[in-house]
Amino acid sequence: MSKTISIALVGNPNTGKSTLFNALTGLKQKVGNFPGVTIEKSTGRFRIDADTVAEITDLPGSYSLFPKSLDEAIPFKLLLDPAHPQKPDLVLFIADASNLKRNLVLLTQLIDLKMPVILALNMIDQAKAKGIDINIECLSEKLGLPVVPLNARKKIGIENVIAQISKGGKIPSISFIPEDRLNTEGLNELKSALGAQTHYQAELTLHHGATGKTVLPAHKAAMDKFRSYNLFDSGTRQRDDLLYRYKQISAILATCVKEADTTAFKRRQEKIDAVLTHSFWGYIIFFGVVFLIFQCIFSLAGYPMHLIIQSFNWLSDQLQKAIPGGALNDLVCNGVLPGLSGILVFIPQIAFLSMFIAIMEDTGYLARVAFLMDRTMRRFGLNGKSVIPLISGTACAVPAIMATRNIENKKARLITILVTPLMSCSARLPVYILLVGMAVPQRPVLWFINLQGLALMGLYLLGFLAAIGAATIFKLVIKSKVKQYFILELPVYRFPDVNTVWITVVKKVKTFLFEAGKIIIAISIILWFLASYGPPGAFSKVEAKYAAIHPANDAEKHSLALAEKTDKLQSSFAGQLGKAIEPAIRPLGFDWKIGIAIVTSFAAREVFVGTISTLYGLEGEGSDFNQLQSNMMKSRDPATGRKVYSLATILSLLVFYAFAMQCMSTLAVTYKETASWKWTLIQLGYMSGTAYLLSLMIYQLLPAAARMF
Amino acid sequence: MNLNKERVGLMFLDELKNGESAIVEEICDTNICIKLIEMGCLPGEIVMVRMSAPFRDPIAVEVSGNLISLRKSEARTIRVKKIGQ
Repeated sequence: MSKTISIALVGNPNTGKSTLFNALTGLKQKVGNFPGVTIEKSTGRFRIDADTVAEITDLPGSYSLFPKSLDEAIPFKLLLDPAHPQKPDLVLFIADASNLKRNLVLLTQLIDLKMPVILALNMIDQAKAKGIDINIECLSEKLGLPVVPLNARKKIGIENVIAQISKGGKIPSISFIPEDRLNTEGLNELKSALGAQTHYQAELTLHHGATGKTVLPAHKAAMDKFRSYNLFDSGTRQRDDLLYRYKQISAILATCVKEADTTAFKRRQEKIDAVLTHSFWGYIIFFGVVFLIFQCIFSLAGYPMHLIIQSFNWLSDQLQKAIPGGALNDLVCNGVLPGLSGILVFIPQIAFLSMFIAIMEDTGYLARVAFLMDRTMRRFGLNGKSVIPLISGTACAVPAIMATRNIENKKARLITILVTPLMSCSARLPVYILLVGMAVPQRPVLWFINLQGLALMGLYLLGFLAAIGAATIFKLVIKSKVKQYFILELPVYRFPDVNTVWITVVKKVKTFLFEAGKIIIAISIILWFLASYGPPGAFSKVEAKYAAIHPANDAEKHSLALAEKTDKLQSSFAGQLGKAIEPAIRPLGFDWKIGIAIVTSFAAREVFVGTISTLYGLEGEGSDFNQLQSNMMKSRDPATGRKVYSLATILSLLVFYAFAMQCMSTLAVTYKETASWKWTLIQLGYMSGTAYLLSLMIYQLLPAAARMF
Repeated sequence: MNLNKERVGLMFLDELKNGESAIVEEICDTNICIKLIEMGCLPGEIVMVRMSAPFRDPIAVEVSGNLISLRKSEARTIRVKKIGQ
């Protein structure tokens, strides 16, 4: 039986924390969330020696232990709460060697908590190259803890870190904030009331308590008492605490670190910034990068996506033959397999997008994009970091919503998640092409521009304006207790680390598969059931009808089979549902066939085309678009004799698909990323509600408007 | 009369032009200021405006060896004393 040491990995942002984490654990990682919040929690294991295993938790990058919001405080509960089940045996602290002054603030707080800490000085090579000379022994002595120089990217020094961990931690004997500065008398009482081990722990609990809500009543009473006796002002105390720490750190660094002139390094960085954040060229370059990402998501990802679909079709064919016909065969081939392929087909896009974002983040470019775009996005309740998800939404909302993880601001992140699905994604394209082809003539307008292309562009613009508009409304509706700010570090430019990028991509794909995948497969099985079963007796009636007809030749047999399929879909639960909702969608100009297609395309928008094809007696998706369009245009309402697809109906349907939340995968990802059914349902409700209202207005008002002119 | 004008050189961080330097004089104790202190923007440090986005919002400043982007309204909370002329 081997022993397990639990370790917390702590450090400032941009210190190579995840690079060290990846170097230690490789792909042996579990990704989840901290309890109750959507802050990513990665845990991993690695071997220390023959009989010891380390379990390491990567805490979010932070500049201090002072909480900025309720959510940010939660990961650090495991350092502060002595009764926490995951309280680490040891803290591994990673610092950027060229930026010690700021990095050590958080470290000294951990020291005052009397935590056993090991300090890993990362990017030691870079510091040396810049002319920063650190005396390791001196630093180790002044801080009272082991110090290990490290180059996490090149994996130099990793074995020293592991060796140091195996020696176990030592609780530093130094206190950075002397206890007499902490108002000992009152704090003593509070400390014992809270069961805290140190004064500083009691002090920090006070600050966290100021924003926390999961505080025990007895603790709360003790804290309230302390606050009222001592005129506790959280802000002032935090400021003074930090300034005092800086003063002491400066004194230590003055003896242990010699800094040469770093101007040459800075000038090189400035030159890159002069181009990438230029008021004109900066934007041109950014749009170039976006264009490149788009090309990859649209065209390059198309090949593996196609391959996935094809292999599933092949697999389905094989299983069709292998499993005896009947319910099981049908469930596997038409329920489970399409569900699985519907999940896997997203992987190429998710992988490409998360790869580009990981590269942009690792090089430091992402922060510059946020810097350039912040002012524009702010007006809509978003911030500079919302740009990438929003733009990615025009390919697919699923990877786009997953890309909102690096928006730290909770409100901006929530709004971005809520409005991203309004951007015209690629699944809307087949629906748009089908309907635009029916309503708009293929007529050249100017040079290479034609009318249909303009209409399509108009729909993309509509999606964008809808997203911006919805964001503006959410900005006013969603309340936020914390003052919103957008202070971010622009890290130094670096080459991306292949290992970090690769592990990020694998993690994203895995999370999608196992978290959102579950929901997607469940819904697709339900939808399959609805489309392939009907009320008792309904299907046997259809079967009996067709069994009575004896086809004369193969062509007739084929058309009979298609007709039977159409009839079956009509009498299935989905068909019944489509008919049942007809009174509700009639005012939008939709008939029951459209109703059925709306029901089945809740799985994904492009399913609309397949269902409509079946209903108009054509082979599923592979069939001829022109044939389908002409069949649809010919169809007439049996009651009134009028065309089903009038201009008003087509426009109403187009607007419906622009707004309606017809995508279970997006909902699954929204649920995963917000960890809240409330916001998932709000997304579904506001999008589909708006779709209904706008379609209603168009269908009802358009003929009246047409008469007026 | 504006008395503030008489405190020669004292201004807010958002009033500095690109390339100008100043010494951080005063910092408040709101959440924003604490975040700024954590990132190395403390009284006595030299702060230099390195670049700005269009309409000078946000701006990027260099302080304690870090490059920090902050909005104009956030820069307005920091009192500085301009260096040189």
